[in-house]
Parts: sequence; structure tokens; C-alpha cells
Amino acid sequence: MENRDGANDICLHAQNIDKLYPGTKALDQVSFDVHTGKVNVLIGENGAGKSTLMKIIAGIEQPTAGELFLDGRQVSFRSTVEARRYGIGIIHQELSLFPNLNVYQNIFMANEKTKNGCFLDNKKHYALAHEVLERLEYPIKPDTLVGNLRVGQQQMIEIARNLIQEGLKILIMDEPTSSLSEMEVEVLFKIMRELTAAGISIVYISHRLEEIMRIGDYITILRDGKLVAKASVCGIDLPWIVRQMTGEGKSYPKKDHSVDWAGQETVLEVKDLTLPKSGGGYLLDHVSFDLKKGEILGIYGLLGAGRTEIFECIMGLRPEHTGTIVMNGQEIPVKSLSEQIGRGFAWVPEDRQREGLVQTLSIGKNISLSSLKQYVRGIFLNERMEGKSIDQMIREIHIKVADKSLPILSLSGGNQQKVVIAKGILTSPKILLLDEPSRGIDIGAKTEVFDIINQYAAQGLPLIVISSELNEIIAIADRIVVLSNGIKTAEFTGDEITEDNLVLASYKGHHGHNSKEKEFSGHEIQ
Amino acid sequence: MKFNKNALMMTLLKSRTFIVLIILVVFFSFASPTFLTSKSLLLIAKHVALYGILGIGMTYVIITGGIDLSVGAVVGLSGMIAGGLINEGLQMFGYTLYFSVPMIALITIICGAAVGVVNGFLITRFNVAPFIATLGMMYVARGFAMLRSNGATFSNIVGKEALGNTGFELFGRDIWGIPVGAIILAVIAVGASVVLKKTPFGWHVFSIGGNERAAKLSGVKVNQVKLMVYLFSGACSAIVGIITASQLVASHPASGESWEMNAIAAAVLGGTSMAGGIGTIGGTIVGAFVIGVINDGMVMCGVSEFWQMVIKGLVIVLAVIIDQFQRNLQAKMALQARSKDAVVH
Repeated sequence: MENRDGANDICLHAQNIDKLYPGTKALDQVSFDVHTGKVNVLIGENGAGKSTLMKIIAGIEQPTAGELFLDGRQVSFRSTVEARRYGIGIIHQELSLFPNLNVYQNIFMANEKTKNGCFLDNKKHYALAHEVLERLEYPIKPDTLVGNLRVGQQQMIEIARNLIQEGLKILIMDEPTSSLSEMEVEVLFKIMRELTAAGISIVYISHRLEEIMRIGDYITILRDGKLVAKASVCGIDLPWIVRQMTGEGKSYPKKDHSVDWAGQETVLEVKDLTLPKSGGGYLLDHVSFDLKKGEILGIYGLLGAGRTEIFECIMGLRPEHTGTIVMNGQEIPVKSLSEQIGRGFAWVPEDRQREGLVQTLSIGKNISLSSLKQYVRGIFLNERMEGKSIDQMIREIHIKVADKSLPILSLSGGNQQKVVIAKGILTSPKILLLDEPSRGIDIGAKTEVFDIINQYAAQGLPLIVISSELNEIIAIADRIVVLSNGIKTAEFTGDEITEDNLVLASYKGHHGHNSKEKEFSGHEIQ
Repeated sequence: MKFNKNALMMTLLKSRTFIVLIILVVFFSFASPTFLTSKSLLLIAKHVALYGILGIGMTYVIITGGIDLSVGAVVGLSGMIAGGLINEGLQMFGYTLYFSVPMIALITIICGAAVGVVNGFLITRFNVAPFIATLGMMYVARGFAMLRSNGATFSNIVGKEALGNTGFELFGRDIWGIPVGAIILAVIAVGASVVLKKTPFGWHVFSIGGNERAAKLSGVKVNQVKLMVYLFSGACSAIVGIITASQLVASHPASGESWEMNAIAAAVLGGTSMAGGIGTIGGTIVGAFVIGVINDGMVMCGVSEFWQMVIKGLVIVLAVIIDQFQRNLQAKMALQARSKDAVVH
């Protein structure tokens, strides 16, 4: 492949990039090529240096040593603005939108169209935003307030923002699919192919390996800040990538399906859970399920299927819901979050940064935050007792940390997620709810998070896990409830749990999707 | 049906400051027979002009997520600068220079803007929190105001025909029955509102308050915008300093004390969010009217000064509570709208 194209088709070349942070070397003599009109995949575990490398290319950070060449000419970017002038755009891993502004204002921020060079041309903004959203097959009204959109929708805005950029040559996408549903991912891939066909080069970072095999052209693998491998995607397979990333063969632990769940005691029963939607229809439509002692119940579904809403109802955040919730044989009136926490429910929310962590507090304080009451003696906090519990938690779920008093943001994404889980577990919950516990963390950390989940399930803790990643939920759950459009469309146990079954069921609640069903199940099988 | 109820509620909430204003006017016109006379309305308009202009600058600052505590002190300082230039001129190289009134106004506004620039530099270059930076400048500005005359007042600042610096009292007079201050307020309000709503600069102000990091990454010149915003607030304060000195025909170094609180209150009453990212100039103007009417109305009714403070404080807190209520309702309605969209999607 490579010899056919020759050297001309490399539009950006990073030569021997070093990046030093106090105490660590984030990048060590890394060279990276961006092939023109191709999808250039960059992968590696968290902390491997992918995001740092991309920040350097996008002008957000400057390299300690090394050079950048754009179309053969040496360049250096002191800011994003400068990089953008050269046609380099970036979609950030963490959303960087303005919740207080509307969709078109977000899309055209710092790129405004004006009349007479002075006044904003909002008609044009509206029309262009509408156009680009149509292209993304995402009909959001351009004057909707962005703060009112869901995470997945916000991600689409972020993508739209880069698409309207004139003279775009290189588009860097740092985990753009981590919060998108399968259907939205399809649209994104279609757009990516359109862009590459138009000669735009894409740098793509993702933790979803299957995606990379489907969409990628070239692959570059980083490990611990060093370049380990470079290849054309058509010549490699998944196990090879995983080996290169981790340095060894690693896969999800196989789930033991031999337990007889019928004989286990039922801890939680949810009957006819219904959450009405204003203007008719339901967010949840008579959903019923139960949960056994020590069981891991998976909830699978597309974005908007009602997954998170189930947790919100159980945790008492949706007082308008109807239906009965029975805990240990007793019906409980679900009214408020604090009541539910008191009853022994713990919840690990989907959005780690916004809902899970207090960024200004230390690692230790983040762990003990929900259970501080246990350590109060008189009116003072017994720090020795608190510290002991934190240390125990850190040991128990293997958080890699030198000192618990370090700021939470000094941890990698995977370890931050473990801190959020630790916070939930430290409250000694009776039922643990995990919403996308593996979102945005690398394979190694995912495996560890699953180990933790299995470990507590084995001790008898019942857990409900929401995941939008098929292979993960299959690996972790004893039983899976599939939601589609607010309706429970299927429940699978044991050998019924297959990717095919799950995908089919997740589309059942939608009408007129028959053709798509086939298409989806087709490539999910691989 | 519930949706309609919410929509009606929303309209009422959105115009709540206006409704409060009308209620206050009706109340005071019954409570005090002198309230609805043209003389007292003129007085109120004069006061509102002061809070309103300060509030406009403050609104810009608060939308970026900052605060400007130095505005009251800058009012005092700029009054002293203007009064000093008229009565004593500028002593330089053994000469005494006297300026015409327009020149004096210009110099004063530049001085006010300079204080704003210092605020902006402290905040953007040295990363001092806006609260602290402007608190510091509040003391510095007030100190210089006192130093200018050793704490004394410049009285009778009318200038001398021979020196060609007469006419300063014009800013405190009325034209066609309207106080000049109110006219200046109207001009600044329209200009500031247009800039905020219709220009890229306005968007950038909102973007910084919404998500500063994202603004920086988007290519918004965050530091430059912040500097401009504090500069504008300083200039507004200087204008108020000129008007108030002119209204009194005297400059007192302690004038404008605690007016920053009136400015903040006007902005907050008008729906500006202290967390940044949300606010309108129109709202702030209505807020300034509410503060003005409460102040003067209570004086006319003979309410004691101490009770005035209590009532003003309660009104402000109540306004913020209603504001939160509105935001919750808004979020609820957005959620409802969103779930409607979800069906379509």
C-alpha cells in the first residue's frame, strides 16, 4: 500500500517529538505521519501519550523538542488559532462547548459571519448550522440551548463545529464516539468517508478497536510515550493491535454462566416502571425486571433508549415515575435521592467529570466524600479512621496512586473511574448501579474495572451495569435487559447472550428500521 | 395543559422585574402623595441614571464570570479628577494648565478606563481572582481620591469664563425636561446592548462566562476580551463620576461609596447570573429602576434609612430566588421539549 502512494501523500509529519512534563516524559522521540485523505488511527492505553501528541499537532501544547512539517515545510504552532489557520481542526475528548449559548452560536464561536464586518449575521449562522446538521443527519434546531442537549447530541455539535471550518486539511478526532449510539457512529463514519474522499486527512483516536478496524487506513500505536508500531490496517488483526498496545495478549475474562440464578434470593424487583414524556409517549414504558443477590444485571440499549432514566427513577431523581419498586420483599416509595442512598443504593454516574468527581479535592477526599458521616466523632472528622478506609479501598480495587493526598486530576481516566467506584463502594451499598463504568478508559483499565465488578458480585453485592459497548456488556453481565425506545424488548441469559440477539433487540422498539437491523447485525458479527 | 401553564408561568417570570417595578410604582404613588409628581420622578431618573450606567459595565463584567468592586471608588476618584481640573487645573513644569469641559470629561473617562485596564491586567496577566484584584483597586482608587484634596471637597465646580472651562454643571441639568444623565444612560444602554447581542465581541463575552477553556480553545482572545470588559466598566464608572459631581456641582472624595453594590444588585435583579454566561442590558436597566424606585420611594414615604437597607437586601435575595426558580422551570421545559424531539428522532 505504502509504496504505491509514495512520500507525497504525507501532509503532516512530526519528527522525533519529545514532550517533558515535570517528573514525566509524556512523549519520547515519537515520529508520526498523517497520510493525506486517509483515516490515520492513533491508539494506545491511557497515558500512552496520544492526547499529548494531538495537542502538539493542534497547537494547544508546544513540544519540548522535535519538529513538525506540513506539506514538507517546517511549521510551529503557538496556539490553536495558528494551527487552525493552517487547516488543522480538533474535536476534543472532553467536550468544550458553551452550555449557556445556543447551537449555532457554539458552532460559529470565534468564526463568526458578519454583515458590514461588524454585526453578526444570525440568519446566515442559522442557515449554515441547519445545513451542517442536516449533513450530519442530526436535525437539532440551531437555536436550541446547548446546555439542554444530551452528551451524545453535544458531541455532534462539536463535530459540526469543525466541519464548517474553511480550508480544513487535517481533522483530529479524540475519541469522538465515546458517547455516541451505534446509529450516530454510523453517521459519523459516513461523514468521515465523505471527508477523506474530499482530500481531508483524519487523525482518529479511539478505544473501540472494532471501529478502528472498520474505519482506519493507517494505524500508529503508542505505549508509555514511545512509538511501538506503525502499520496499514488491511494487513493486521485485532489481537495484534491488543498485543502491541499492552505488550502481551489480553482479553476480557470469560463469564461463568453456570450459576443457577433461579435459586438465588431476589433483592430488587421493578414492576411496570413508567416514565411519561410530556406531549405524549413514554421515556420508559412499563419496564419490569428483577435483580438477584450477587448478580450482575446488564442494561443495553441505544442512546435515548431509556437506560440512564432507569437509574434516575431508582435513585429518586424522577419523582414523576409510576410503577412499583420492591426491595427485599418490601415495596419502597421512591421519593428522593437521599432516601435512596439511605436505603443502600449507590450510583456511579455516566459523566465522570461532571457528576462523579470533585476536581478540586484530593484523591482520598473524593473516595471518602459519600461516607464522611461514618468518620465523624463528636463534631470532628477522625482523619486516621478516614485515611485507613481510603487506604483499604485503594488497595482493594488497585488504584495506582503514590499518595492519596494528590489532586484527583493527576490520575489517568481509568484510575479516576476507579475512584468514583470506590466512593460508591465505601458507602457499603446494598445495590450498586454503574452507568457506563468503562466509558473513555483504556483496555487495561477496563479489564481492571470489570475485575472489580466481578469481585464484588462474588461477595454477594448485586449490581446493575449500563453499557453501550456490546462486547463489554456480554463479558460482564449474567443477564441482560435490552431497552429500545423506552420499551423492554428482550431479556437474555446464558447462551442467549450474543451480539446478534442484543443488537436485534435494541432496534425492536423502533419502527421502520428493518433494513437497518440487517445492516447492523451484519457488521457486528465481524 | 400543563405545558401551557408552564409557558404562562415562564412569561410572567421573565418579565418579573418589570412587574415588580410596576407594583412598586403603584404602591408608592398611593403611599406617598409626592411620588408621582414630575419633580420626584426627575429625581428618581437622575439616580437611576447613575446605577444604570454602573450596572451596564457591571453586567459585561459579570457575564464573563468576573466582578468589579472598584466601580464605586472610581466614581469618587473621577469626580475628584474632574473637579480638581476645573478648580485647580493641572500643575506641570511650573505652569498651571486649564482644560475645556469636553477635554476634562475625556481625561476623566480615560483615567477611569485606566483603572479598568489595571484591573484587567491583574486578572489576565497575574491570574489574580477578579474579586481580589478589584477589591485592591477599590482601596487604591479611593485612596487616591482622598489624596487629591487631602479628603476635602471641591465645591462650586463651575469654572471661570476667563479660563474657558465653564459649563461642567450641564451634565447634571435637564434638557427638554429630561436629565442629561438619563439621556447618557439611554445612549450607553442602546450601544452596549447592540454590541452584546449583535457583534462577535458580544458572543465572546458570553462564551468566556459559559466555558472559558472552551473559549480559549475556540480561538477567542480571552485575555483581550476580559481587558476590554474591565476597561468598559472603568469608563462607565468615570462617566457616573462626572455626572454625579455635576449634579452636586461639587466633588466629594467619598462619593460613590458602596455604589458597586447597587450596580451588582441592578444586574442581578435584571437576571444576570453571578456564575457568568447569562445576562442582558435591558434587564439591568429595569433592575436599576427597581433599585432607584425603592430607594427614593421609601425616602418619600419617610421610611427610616435603616429599614431601607433591610428591605433592599430582602428584595435582592428574593430576586435571586425567583431567578433560580425560573431556571429550574426552564430546564424542565427544555427537558420536555427534548423528549418530544426524541420521538421524532
